[in-house]
Amino acid sequence: MPDSLLPNDGLVIVAKRDCPTCVLVEPVMQSLDRAGPLAVLSQDDPTFPSGVRSVIDDQALERSFRLNVETVPTLIRFKGGKEVERTVGWDRKEWTRLVGAAVGEDLPAWQPGCGSKSVEPGVHEALIARYGDPGLKSREISVGNWDDPMEACFERGWSDGLPVVPPTDERILRMLGGTDRKPDEVVGLIPPNLAPCTVEKVAINSVLAGCKPEYMPVVLGVLEAALDPLFVLHGLLCTTHFSGPLVIINGPAAKAIGMNSGVNALGQGNRANATIGRALQLIVRNVGGGLPGAIDRATLGNPGKYTFCFAEDESDPDWEPLSVRRGIAPGKSAVTLFHGEGVNGFIDQKSRTPEELVRSLALGLFGVGHPKLCLAGNAVLVLTPEHYKIFRDAGWNRRRIEDALYQALKRPGRDLVRGAQGVPEGLPPSMADQMVDKFQPDGLLVVRAGGEAGLFSAIIGGWPGQSVRDECQAVTKEIRP
Amino acid sequence: MSTVIKLRDPTAETSPVRRARLAPPSSLDGKTVALMDIGKSRGKEFIDRLEDHFKKAGVATKRYAKPTNTKVAPLELMQTIAAEAQLAVIALSD
Repeated sequence: MPDSLLPNDGLVIVAKRDCPTCVLVEPVMQSLDRAGPLAVLSQDDPTFPSGVRSVIDDQALERSFRLNVETVPTLIRFKGGKEVERTVGWDRKEWTRLVGAAVGEDLPAWQPGCGSKSVEPGVHEALIARYGDPGLKSREISVGNWDDPMEACFERGWSDGLPVVPPTDERILRMLGGTDRKPDEVVGLIPPNLAPCTVEKVAINSVLAGCKPEYMPVVLGVLEAALDPLFVLHGLLCTTHFSGPLVIINGPAAKAIGMNSGVNALGQGNRANATIGRALQLIVRNVGGGLPGAIDRATLGNPGKYTFCFAEDESDPDWEPLSVRRGIAPGKSAVTLFHGEGVNGFIDQKSRTPEELVRSLALGLFGVGHPKLCLAGNAVLVLTPEHYKIFRDAGWNRRRIEDALYQALKRPGRDLVRGAQGVPEGLPPSMADQMVDKFQPDGLLVVRAGGEAGLFSAIIGGWPGQSVRDECQAVTKEIRP
Repeated sequence: MSTVIKLRDPTAETSPVRRARLAPPSSLDGKTVALMDIGKSRGKEFIDRLEDHFKKAGVATKRYAKPTNTKVAPLELMQTIAAEAQLAVIALSD
């Protein structure tokens, strides 16, 4: 529809005071105002340019948006109510040609313009939401103007119990800007309801979780790993056990978005760590319909079911990252998903040799699930810098640490069978004469993280569902850019 | 000015946009009905009549009252009702 404030036949200039080139051409705008039909859309100050009668206040940026202006100044010629030509920045030849008369002869021949306020980061998406077609397919939910949108999200059951960020169109559009993938692409079917989840739904739930747009490729990678049938997300969701998805990020993506692999890596305080893990849980809740007390039958659960995500410390070039150990090419970003039950702190301030520390760690690892249970679930061992230094100083690499732990985690079955040590829990009597592994051969995932001080490590127990190796394992996938 | 804030649904959209009301219970057996007088004139008479009907039907009731009809019920009163009763009649009169 034609804009009644713009000349049907004449010139439109879009400008802002904050742009030195716009200020440079202020005399040109004044002379054009005297010459014929002209409208100047002023993006930041309706008193600029001075001496021009037809300045239109466009601080709301609606007209700049509708005219698809990317640079200021932009000079547009209209004929019969339609745009016929435009030029951007200051180029005397172009302006002279478009105006049809000599202009700005005392000015430099050329000077580039500045970015239009309407395309500033975040602004463009807000303008699409306000004046354009956001192209979103998810249905709109109206909240009364006097209602608190955050409370409305709680009331609709979209929250994990903590406040969520209300998913407005502009926030969703910004989030979608973090990925090249199309909003209507289906990422997969989310259990338990096996509901199709589009990139758009991922973006909406990432908004709820508090993610930044640049986290989107990681969130999408996490979701793809979670939906690998080998991860058995449905089973993990409905288990009575403690476990939930534990997310470990490797590679340049973790650095790029500022993930924490150092001090308090398993704790609070880092936005990427906190919100990426939370986004996965919210997708399962909202898209899949996986609700605690409904399909989620956890007896106790664990605090990591709000979010449990960290990056591996890859600062030592001699350390083989977890993702590389699990088949991803070096230098690539990857996500590893594990069924984690929570953090069990392990203290050893006396071991000084790798052999001592391995024996000591094994004592801690035997406790996963139950000290007398074996092959009933796997574990992640998070080596902190001080514990890792004991191995590194002795020339031990990842493979040697893993092999030594695997050997140290073998025990005679006779000590572990039911009734042994006066404890009914244990292995079947038929295993009494065997040497029994605590974990499957690739069942202990060793990863580095943590602050520089503290002769501690962390043991994160797995899930009994992992006992059937062919059916359920940790999953590692490359993150697509 | 817009009178609503628009959000987008993060769910699989299998439930209606307008949230469904809680279904009425199939039976009142073993349940307690809260009878809350909102404080308007003759409200007590109305609730007395309701209480008689419930008593005749063998349904347990408990009486509550708002301090004034001009303000929303105090949070403590709402929490007490939620803790002590499974259903509520919030009654007015005039």
